[in-house]
Amino acid sequence: MVDSLPTTQGLLPFFLAHIWTIPLYPLAGAFLMLLLGRKLPKAMVSAICVGSVAISFFFACGAFLELVARPANQRVAQVILFEWVPAGTYHLQSGALGSFVADWGFLLDPLSAVMILVVTGVGLLIHIYSTGYMAHEGGYYRFFGYLNLFMFSMLMLVLGNNLLLLFVGWEGVGTCSYLLIGFYFHRKSASDAGKKAFIVNRIGDAGFLLGIFLTSAVLGTIRFTEIVPALTASHLPVGAPVLTAIALLFFVGATGKSAQIPLYVWLPDAMEGPTPVSALIHAATMVTAGVYMVTRTNAIFQHAPLAMEVVAGIGAATALFAATIGVVQNDIKKVLAYSTVSQLGYMFLACGVGAFSAGIFHLMTHAFFKGLLFLGAGSVIHAMSGEQDMRKMGGLAKKIPITYWTMLIATLAIAGIFPFAGFLSKDLILGKVYEHGLLLWLVGYFTAGMTAFYMFRLIFLTFHGQSRVPHDIEHHIHESPKSMTIPLIVLAGLSIFGGWIGWPEILRGSNHFVHFLAPMITSAQEARVPAAEAARAHLGEIALMLLSEGLVLLGILFAWYLYLKRVDLPAKITSHIRGFYNLVYHKYYVDEIYDAMFVNRTKDLATTLGSFDNAVINGVGVDGAGWLTRYISRVSMWWDTWIVDGSVRLASRLIWLVSQVARMFQTGLVQTYMLVIVIGVVGFLTYYFWVLHLHS
Amino acid sequence: MIPVTHYIFLSLALVTIGVIGLLTRRNVIVILMSIELILNAVNINLVAFSRMFGTVHGQVFAIFIITDAAAEAAVGLGIIIALFRNRETVLADEMDILKW
Repeated sequence: MVDSLPTTQGLLPFFLAHIWTIPLYPLAGAFLMLLLGRKLPKAMVSAICVGSVAISFFFACGAFLELVARPANQRVAQVILFEWVPAGTYHLQSGALGSFVADWGFLLDPLSAVMILVVTGVGLLIHIYSTGYMAHEGGYYRFFGYLNLFMFSMLMLVLGNNLLLLFVGWEGVGTCSYLLIGFYFHRKSASDAGKKAFIVNRIGDAGFLLGIFLTSAVLGTIRFTEIVPALTASHLPVGAPVLTAIALLFFVGATGKSAQIPLYVWLPDAMEGPTPVSALIHAATMVTAGVYMVTRTNAIFQHAPLAMEVVAGIGAATALFAATIGVVQNDIKKVLAYSTVSQLGYMFLACGVGAFSAGIFHLMTHAFFKGLLFLGAGSVIHAMSGEQDMRKMGGLAKKIPITYWTMLIATLAIAGIFPFAGFLSKDLILGKVYEHGLLLWLVGYFTAGMTAFYMFRLIFLTFHGQSRVPHDIEHHIHESPKSMTIPLIVLAGLSIFGGWIGWPEILRGSNHFVHFLAPMITSAQEARVPAAEAARAHLGEIALMLLSEGLVLLGILFAWYLYLKRVDLPAKITSHIRGFYNLVYHKYYVDEIYDAMFVNRTKDLATTLGSFDNAVINGVGVDGAGWLTRYISRVSMWWDTWIVDGSVRLASRLIWLVSQVARMFQTGLVQTYMLVIVIGVVGFLTYYFWVLHLHS
Repeated sequence: MIPVTHYIFLSLALVTIGVIGLLTRRNVIVILMSIELILNAVNINLVAFSRMFGTVHGQVFAIFIITDAAAEAAVGLGIIIALFRNRETVLADEMDILKW
């Protein structure tokens, strides 16, 4: 293992020593935008925000190259800036003494290296695209400020060296997601969607947080590099209930962030946000955070086979479930949203069967082609003056050729056509799943066919066939500006060639990707792999590939037949199976069920608590206190008036009475005073003579 | 030779007249005149005793008092004129502004 390497800043080359600066550039951009953005011209806003991400990308590339240059067993760079939450020692569950430290530290290893390249690379392209897409929108600086803030949070998420720092990024991206989904906040549906995303994510986050607590209580560390040694030291057996609990809690967090059953409901609604946001956050980066987190903590998952089964099962179920909904959606972005949910299901399926590298590989290729698909959809919407309904499109291929060709490439990639990126990653997953078990493989296999079908349905409805565009929109249709098409072309290139670094060995490749990630994956269940070799021998990798290619082609053919050849058929079929169609079209009424089961019950609870508040807290407590205070004040006022004031007035009244007598002497007449003087003198003399007479 | 007792009774009569005038008359000028009477009673006393003891001290004092009386009359009349200009009266019982 490479975990306990001494990694100090001084020994690291430049870029590795400065990985901690990578998130700071977008943060600076976000600060500038949110403080001064209103006053800056659009060109300046674009320059700052795109520039900050470009610098991050540059540093990420530098760090990646320096990491690759090292020997395979030394590809870990950890930079700890300072101790964030200071250490506290406590007794672990096992009785041993643990010390909890959360540092503000950054970890670059093959896994986070892949992630930062995807995040900054795809992020940069989408930033460039946004300068074109958002050019005529209000709140330009606000959009880019949020986008930069998102980049910061996402980079914190993937670079953090412990679970708590990961959680900081995790919550940061959630907040940015909320802000950006609700970007058009004057539209109620958008602000509702933002709230929904945030609240649904809260449920997952609660699980994740509990998982972190449990980890620190059981393992005594939350540093990624120390998880494996701590696991070894704890002597917990594979399948220990507490480890299963941790893994399941982590997975609850992942289902929220990565839109898996049962918490996937927020992602389709999140399409209310601007399209670049859907591409960046809800396709390429944020929603994959769950996959990253599960892979990051794979040591724990590998010790919890039951949790692994759950992950695989949920992943497969989500993949199939979302794909069926995607088949019948008419909104171009909704199709892509359900496709994203479905593809995320694939990634979890891969993680669940222990093929973490395959999951991350699919994460990367998915970032390329799904980012491209969303950006392409944005370009289509841009051309269609805001129309998103595919039933009002058709025949756009000639009018917006660059968008068409790039989207076609992405569609071929997601459908899994050889040798596009999607083929390589999806086939890697399906191969691993086949080794694991036939049922999961069948689900994944069938989903692959459906993916091809609904994606080509999208392409055919949008770009081919008769134009169904309303006349007033038709003559406005135009290809998007260069700032939008160039990111499309770059991503198209990546969708074709980006998967080749994971070229499978069976096709005379060397699968650099899996080997690169291998040190990250601890195989506690190493024994499982050789056992599966036998199953592989039955069919062989090549045969599996051919089998899935066949199904994919069948799906495409089916889509072609239904939506280009016999355009009357879909309506006939839907009227034939009206009930089932409605069930799927309304997304299995999951939103309605959730509303009935949880949302409305929560509202009921809130109403009850509200009336309790009103009646008891407000009525008895607050109003009662008010009444009491007023009553006491009345008594106090009476006391003040009659006793305190009264005594003062009584004193003054007495003095006044005395003065009435005293003032009589003060006549103001000189002669009165004179008279008193004379009387005094006469009296004095009389007395004087009397005394004199008495003594003589 | 007229004994000193006579003078004393004369001055006693003058003082009595002066004091009664002082207390009973309303006109300030008459009050001032009453004061002159009292002062003159004192003068008579001083001169009489001066004569009795054969010294001039008493007569010197009497001269001082006459001077003082002249000055007092001048100042007093000045005050009365100023008062009259302000209040249009010379009656003592109408000058009660010291009363509250």
